[in-house]
Amino acid sequence: MVEVTLWGSLSTVAGGKAKHDIEAKDIRELFRKLAEQYPGIEPWIDRGIAVAIDGTIYRDTWSKELPEDAEIFLLPRLAGG
Amino acid sequence: MNFDPRFTGRKFSSVGTRPLRPDGIDKVTGRARYGADFNMAGQLVGRILRSPHAHAVIKSIDTSKAEKLAGVKAVITAKDLPDLTDGDAAMYDILDNSMARKKALYDGHAVAAVAAIDARIARQALKLIEVDYEVLPHVTDVDEAAHHHAPLINDQVFTEGLEEKPAKPSNITKRTQFGHGDVHKGFAEADFVIERSFKTEQTHQGYIEPHACVASVNPDGTADLWVCTQGHFVYRQHCAQLLGLEASKLRVTSSEIGGGFGGKTHVWAEPVALALSRKAGRPVKLVMTRDEVFRASGPTSATSIDVRIGAKKDGTITAAEATLRYSCGPYAGSWAEIGAMTAFACYKLENVKTVGFEVLVNRPKTAAYRAPSAPMAAFAVESSIDELAREIGMDAVDFRIKNAAQEGTRASYGPVYGPIGIGPTLEAVKKHPHMKAPLKANQGRGMACGFWFNFGGQTCVDLNIGMDGSVSLAVGTVDVGGSRASLSLVAAEELGIDYSQLKAIVADTSSLGYNDMTDGSRGTFSSSMATISAARNAILILRDRAAQMWDIPVEDVVWEKGHAIAKGEKYGNLSPLSLKDIAAKSGTTGGPIAGHSELVADGAGVSFATHICDIEVDPETGATRVIRYTVVQDAGKAVHPTYVEGQYQGGAAQGIGWALNEEYIYGKDGRLQNAGFLDYRIPVCSDLPMIDTQILEIPNPNHPYGVRGVGETSIVPPLAAIANAVSNAVGVRMTHIPMSPPRILAALDAEREG
Repeated sequence: MVEVTLWGSLSTVAGGKAKHDIEAKDIRELFRKLAEQYPGIEPWIDRGIAVAIDGTIYRDTWSKELPEDAEIFLLPRLAGG
Repeated sequence: MNFDPRFTGRKFSSVGTRPLRPDGIDKVTGRARYGADFNMAGQLVGRILRSPHAHAVIKSIDTSKAEKLAGVKAVITAKDLPDLTDGDAAMYDILDNSMARKKALYDGHAVAAVAAIDARIARQALKLIEVDYEVLPHVTDVDEAAHHHAPLINDQVFTEGLEEKPAKPSNITKRTQFGHGDVHKGFAEADFVIERSFKTEQTHQGYIEPHACVASVNPDGTADLWVCTQGHFVYRQHCAQLLGLEASKLRVTSSEIGGGFGGKTHVWAEPVALALSRKAGRPVKLVMTRDEVFRASGPTSATSIDVRIGAKKDGTITAAEATLRYSCGPYAGSWAEIGAMTAFACYKLENVKTVGFEVLVNRPKTAAYRAPSAPMAAFAVESSIDELAREIGMDAVDFRIKNAAQEGTRASYGPVYGPIGIGPTLEAVKKHPHMKAPLKANQGRGMACGFWFNFGGQTCVDLNIGMDGSVSLAVGTVDVGGSRASLSLVAAEELGIDYSQLKAIVADTSSLGYNDMTDGSRGTFSSSMATISAARNAILILRDRAAQMWDIPVEDVVWEKGHAIAKGEKYGNLSPLSLKDIAAKSGTTGGPIAGHSELVADGAGVSFATHICDIEVDPETGATRVIRYTVVQDAGKAVHPTYVEGQYQGGAAQGIGWALNEEYIYGKDGRLQNAGFLDYRIPVCSDLPMIDTQILEIPNPNHPYGVRGVGETSIVPPLAAIANAVSNAVGVRMTHIPMSPPRILAALDAEREG
């Protein structure tokens, strides 16, 4: 079980809650379970969500494991110049 | 991916040195081939007809007269680019932006295009195309567009991110929010509160090379595109989807690039050139004029930002909040979102809240510009931080040091920081001689901090060892800032060979696996990781070949300083084999020797910078002169320090132009008034002092060498540093960028009039 924090706008499509306890071993499973629980999140995942694990931002490595005691924070996937 | 990216703290031989740039001779002798330097036999000249209206329904387009003109080989409209986007809203916007379908949404929006045997006939043909417009009310100002009475740009847009879907459409496409704590409680605890509103005008990246491409579509469905781009693999994906081509049959070759800075991350002219070529059955060359680049490529947002920061008497910030409105052009974007994430990222804040609003306007579609959205937010926040320090009576640097984020701080955008460099950049600035240098009359000094995320992405590298022992490195990230040099240094480091033995190239899309765009300061970060991985894979083969040559187990062979060494006393009579020795025998030990790597480079470390600037202001004319400028920035590890310094200086130079001069000026008719470098003035060498740099190296724990991206952060602090310097010089807080002479005089007049 990991505790996941959603950024402000994303929490509006996740029952208005910022913090969620999810049983997920990696980013892929986390996204799947969030989408099952809150279908409104799916378009956001399609557009891109980055996952910060203990402060390190992962944008594409969906196989990245989620340690139980890690701080996990969802962020918008960013554009750069 | 079987690759451990963790920082190891190794000592370097090649990395950190400053060899000559591999592309230097070609560039100074004119041999380097840029987008417009490529030609194909039988190529036609493409030209685009653009809307003169900021907002208009396209009732009809009659191309018959143009088609009959001798020498015209193809005329296209949106009908020749049918919608194949299959519900992908972002791709539909790219399609509509490439060629307007129902409405022209800004002055310069493409509505038709021709391919002719020469430029004169192409221009004549454009004049023969008859477009029947129904002109609509327009809006170009970000604040006016956000107003509920503003002309609607898209009546299907309902603001996202609200708790309930709004009943009426709006020009605000999205609301985003970040933060933590309780700002009301924080402001209640504050002894001092600063509340200010700021504006920044739209600017262009100002790359010297205009967009240019040559497209050739064959009857069998294969195609070639030669183009100036920051990401030829992404261009291939987008163009293939928009044209209905198979991606693998569209070969895209990137040219040398005369600047991109985020502005060459999107297709505009390329789908049009391909559609013209498909219709004409001949190659088509399309080069945008400077006027077109300004009117119809992708400048940055204009912004309107409100900031409120509170602090105790001892200088502790108790609360900070900001509302940020960013223009997106006529299509949805996420520019305010990034501003809202970066605004307070430099600080340790218990109570912080930022809200961003994405606003549609009748201007070109906003594109990324070097650390997109961060400079404007930094301008607003760092100006307010300076004022708050003054109110409290603290030194501006000390105030920032007291409140700077550090390892373990919860970032204003959410997660907790790992090792970061904001504190060290501030300490370096505090000690820098620039801060103690005397100022003369009418001169002011300002400093400011900046933050950028950096990121990685999908990356692929091939490393091939020739039979003579020379090494070629094929990468897929376009070299926008010296990556061929830095990646050669990295490969030399891993292989233990001399830099001169290596030649790096940017491979075309048919020669290498997919690579994301060179953006997000990712070129050297990502491709160095793939290069290290590819070199290590090549070393596995080199060890195996050496083992064959010696007829000993491969486990007994190690790779040290460019040589295979048989370890153990029993091999004492075996002399080390160099890479060259092993390569020479490769034909009989298993064939070509190569190392490949395909990976996702994640874990790019965030980056911070602090800048110092001295400005002299002429109080009679409002003219400004940059007297001295210093950049201090964390690079993680500077692979080729000269290029890193160049990135620092380039970002500062662009920021100086943005802060003091550059501005899109629209008339009441919604048309751009200054689409050229005479009226839109970017800084030239004679405008600038030597920009001093100081590289700090706080290793990124998620890269084997500790590398962080360095390309973007350097443009984040200048707007604020210069605004603080000008404000200190004239004694009036400047709140509107650019601080052009008329705006400075107006601020001085307003101050005098009270």
